[in-house]
Amino acid sequence: MNNLKASFQKLLMYPSAMMGIAAILALVVVSIYAMITIPYPEAIRLWRGGEDVWYRNPKFAPPAWINLFSSKKYSESFAVGTADGGMTKTAAPGKNDSTNYEMVHEFDFNYDVYPQDMILYFTSTFKKKQPFASIELVTPDDRTIRIANFVIGNKFTYRFSQDEKLRAKLRADENIPALFSDPETGNVLKGTYRLIITGTTFEPGSDMDVEFVSHGQVFGLAGTDHARRDLTLPLLWGAPVALAFGLMVAIGTTVLTMVIAAVGTWYSGWLDELIQRITEVNLVLPFFALLIMIGTFYSRSIWVILTATILLSIFTGAILGYRAIFLQVKESMYIEAAKAYGASNRRIIFVYLIPRMIPLLIPSLVQAVPAFVFLEASLAVIGLGDPILPTWGKIIQDAQSNGALFKGYYYWVLEPAALLMVTGLAFAVLGFALDRIFNPRLREV
Amino acid sequence: MIHTTEIKEAMKMSSKIQGQRETLLSVHDLHVWYELRRFGFSRMGYVKAVDGVSFEMAQGESVAVVGESGCGKSSLMKTILGINIPTRGELIFEGRSLVDLTDEELRNYRFEIGYVQQDPYAALPPFMNVQQILEEPLIISGVKDREKRLERIRRTMTEVKLHPVEDFLHKFPHMLSGGQRRRVVIARAMILEPKMLVADEPVSMLDASVRVEILKLLRALQEKHRLSVIYITHDLSTVKYFSERIFVMYAGSLVEKAETRRLLDIPLHPYTAALLAATSDPDAENSITYKEVPPGEPPSLVNPPKGCRFHPRCARAIAGLCDEKEPVDFEPEPGHFVACWLYKTENST
Ligand SMILES: Nc1ncnc2c1ncn2[C@@H]1O[C@H](COP(=O)(O)OP(=O)(O)OP(=O)(O)O)[C@@H](O)[C@H]1O
Ligand code: SF4
Ligand SMILES: [Mg+2]
Repeated sequence: MNNLKASFQKLLMYPSAMMGIAAILALVVVSIYAMITIPYPEAIRLWRGGEDVWYRNPKFAPPAWINLFSSKKYSESFAVGTADGGMTKTAAPGKNDSTNYEMVHEFDFNYDVYPQDMILYFTSTFKKKQPFASIELVTPDDRTIRIANFVIGNKFTYRFSQDEKLRAKLRADENIPALFSDPETGNVLKGTYRLIITGTTFEPGSDMDVEFVSHGQVFGLAGTDHARRDLTLPLLWGAPVALAFGLMVAIGTTVLTMVIAAVGTWYSGWLDELIQRITEVNLVLPFFALLIMIGTFYSRSIWVILTATILLSIFTGAILGYRAIFLQVKESMYIEAAKAYGASNRRIIFVYLIPRMIPLLIPSLVQAVPAFVFLEASLAVIGLGDPILPTWGKIIQDAQSNGALFKGYYYWVLEPAALLMVTGLAFAVLGFALDRIFNPRLREV
Repeated sequence: MIHTTEIKEAMKMSSKIQGQRETLLSVHDLHVWYELRRFGFSRMGYVKAVDGVSFEMAQGESVAVVGESGCGKSSLMKTILGINIPTRGELIFEGRSLVDLTDEELRNYRFEIGYVQQDPYAALPPFMNVQQILEEPLIISGVKDREKRLERIRRTMTEVKLHPVEDFLHKFPHMLSGGQRRRVVIARAMILEPKMLVADEPVSMLDASVRVEILKLLRALQEKHRLSVIYITHDLSTVKYFSERIFVMYAGSLVEKAETRRLLDIPLHPYTAALLAATSDPDAENSITYKEVPPGEPPSLVNPPKGCRFHPRCARAIAGLCDEKEPVDFEPEPGHFVACWLYKTENST
């Protein structure tokens, strides 16, 4: 259809539409990226995972990039381990089958705010005699602080903040600030720190590894939530879910509305009457309340909500509008001609009636997307989102139930809200431009 | 009447073709009534758009149906095309009544009749280009091979003088002139190689020069393919271009049926005479002037006048007869039928 192609070319003259298209394309790219790098089962596993999956992350940490805008620098989080080579590990044989290990991690601390906590996760293999480990921290001013010595089992976790002995030794209220401060002034001591773990195993074939985790004040690109989950996961996965839901409902609704209106007007009679009566009833039904009832009493699955939304959105004012136009088109002479050369009813509906409406359909389809994206988010915010999918609405719901705004975790709400707004705006401005392009055309022909 | 040599030749031709020919279509006592409803419920009566029409048409014959606007010409044609369902009466095409046809046969019947519509601006779907428009009847009639379809489209477009073909294939209707659209409409009617063509005011809304060209084109097509043509017009001045017979329609019925020259030279029905007097020749200088004759309003089709429908406007009405009894068809000379009491003969009542 050359006509359509020419119409789309006119979009180039609308900068707002081009920005909308760019934003939509970006969202599509993000969606594809999310689905490729974090496949669906993996995304669900991570999203539903607890401490065992997310232990490396701090809770309630804003994104790391807030340091760019803040005069006080917040300590960033990190996690290193000997198993994956993030931390150096050297082994030297000792007496009587024993092996001595030295595991070192050097890190810069140039922040103004101390980390939430630091944790060591030991793992070891042995038969009878448990390995032994001792921990030291070398500060930038070359003091060596002996942190602790202990015997480790197969799994052993050491939390710096909760060691009473260390607290006594440091003569401080809190361990972490004391470790990173100048003992004279009590100020933050910036520079390079070195954590040294020396360990010994006492059996041949015995081994030990450690993972050193620092729960900073900020984390990654998007921050974390109350369950230590990295918010990039739901932010990334929210894009395909929002796009799919918005587009599928918009396309489903517009196409079905169009087809039902066309079939009804073409055959007229009781079918047409029925459609009109259903629409009249549906128009007075409270749409959102019905969805809430379905979500509460039936199912919160996104597919159930999607189907319900489509069904409830078909019989609205749009179907009456389409019907009015179809009634006119139905009487047009080219349809009379089609009847004269033997076109079947089905062919007349799909080849003659509906294509006439495509210029009207395209803008209204695009314009319908934001409402459905917001609808899905709103349902999630009031706790009726799909129970397993990570979505933007879910982030807002979690933030709300954890008092994010009250406690000042603005990032937690603003990130998903910004993405929702961008998505909504992108489709809205594109739809507006399309409407301007297609509808004068409709009047012209 | 001023006849140009061309027309005279055409008329000679048409009388030459006339001989014993096979009947293609016959129409018996056809009625098309539209229900008149108010507020969509109560039936208020009927619009009797076609009310007792009978005629026969031979293979290759061309006939003009002439009458004032609103007298039911289009309704008659749509019934012949199978778009309207007759309220009463019978249509017999090639010896078979349409009501007896199966759905499949009815489809085939539709492929046999081409339809040239009244308004070339509304007759073409605005969202299809010329190729798609012409391809539709071919697809529907089951021409599966794309190349074959294109070949037929090219051939038909050349025939209606839409050439060079390539220039037009991908144009949309809004890019064409009125005359070109007309040719597309004619090409669409011709593409299935029908036996009969129904042309509803094929030259309305065109200016004089294009008008003559389109009429010549239709005439050429008719001769080449031995088409039967029903040519509908409210304008008597164009009929002599190619019709062998003229049917004069008044308020839903045919009041006079005769060979073109006979009817134009000696109109028998008072309505025909009045119509002729009001018509000017398209070639003559005074073609713009239009005289408002016959006087009076066309009658209501819901409550037509009792007796002869023309009697309130007829100068020669016979009181007590014309306003009481509906006239039947009389045949004052062979092949010349007229529904008027003036031609009542002894042996007919
Ligand atoms: N579908 C319909 N329903 C009801 N009335 C109709 C319908 N179609 C036509 N009519 C009426 O039937 C009468 C005859 O209409 P028709 O279109 O056959 O006239 P016409 O001779 O073709 O006129 P014109 O020269 O203006 O085209 C008119 O009074 C018209 O209003
Ligand atoms: S029947 Fe009577 S009223 Fe009718 S046309 Fe003939 S003379 Fe006139
Ligand atoms: Mg008409």
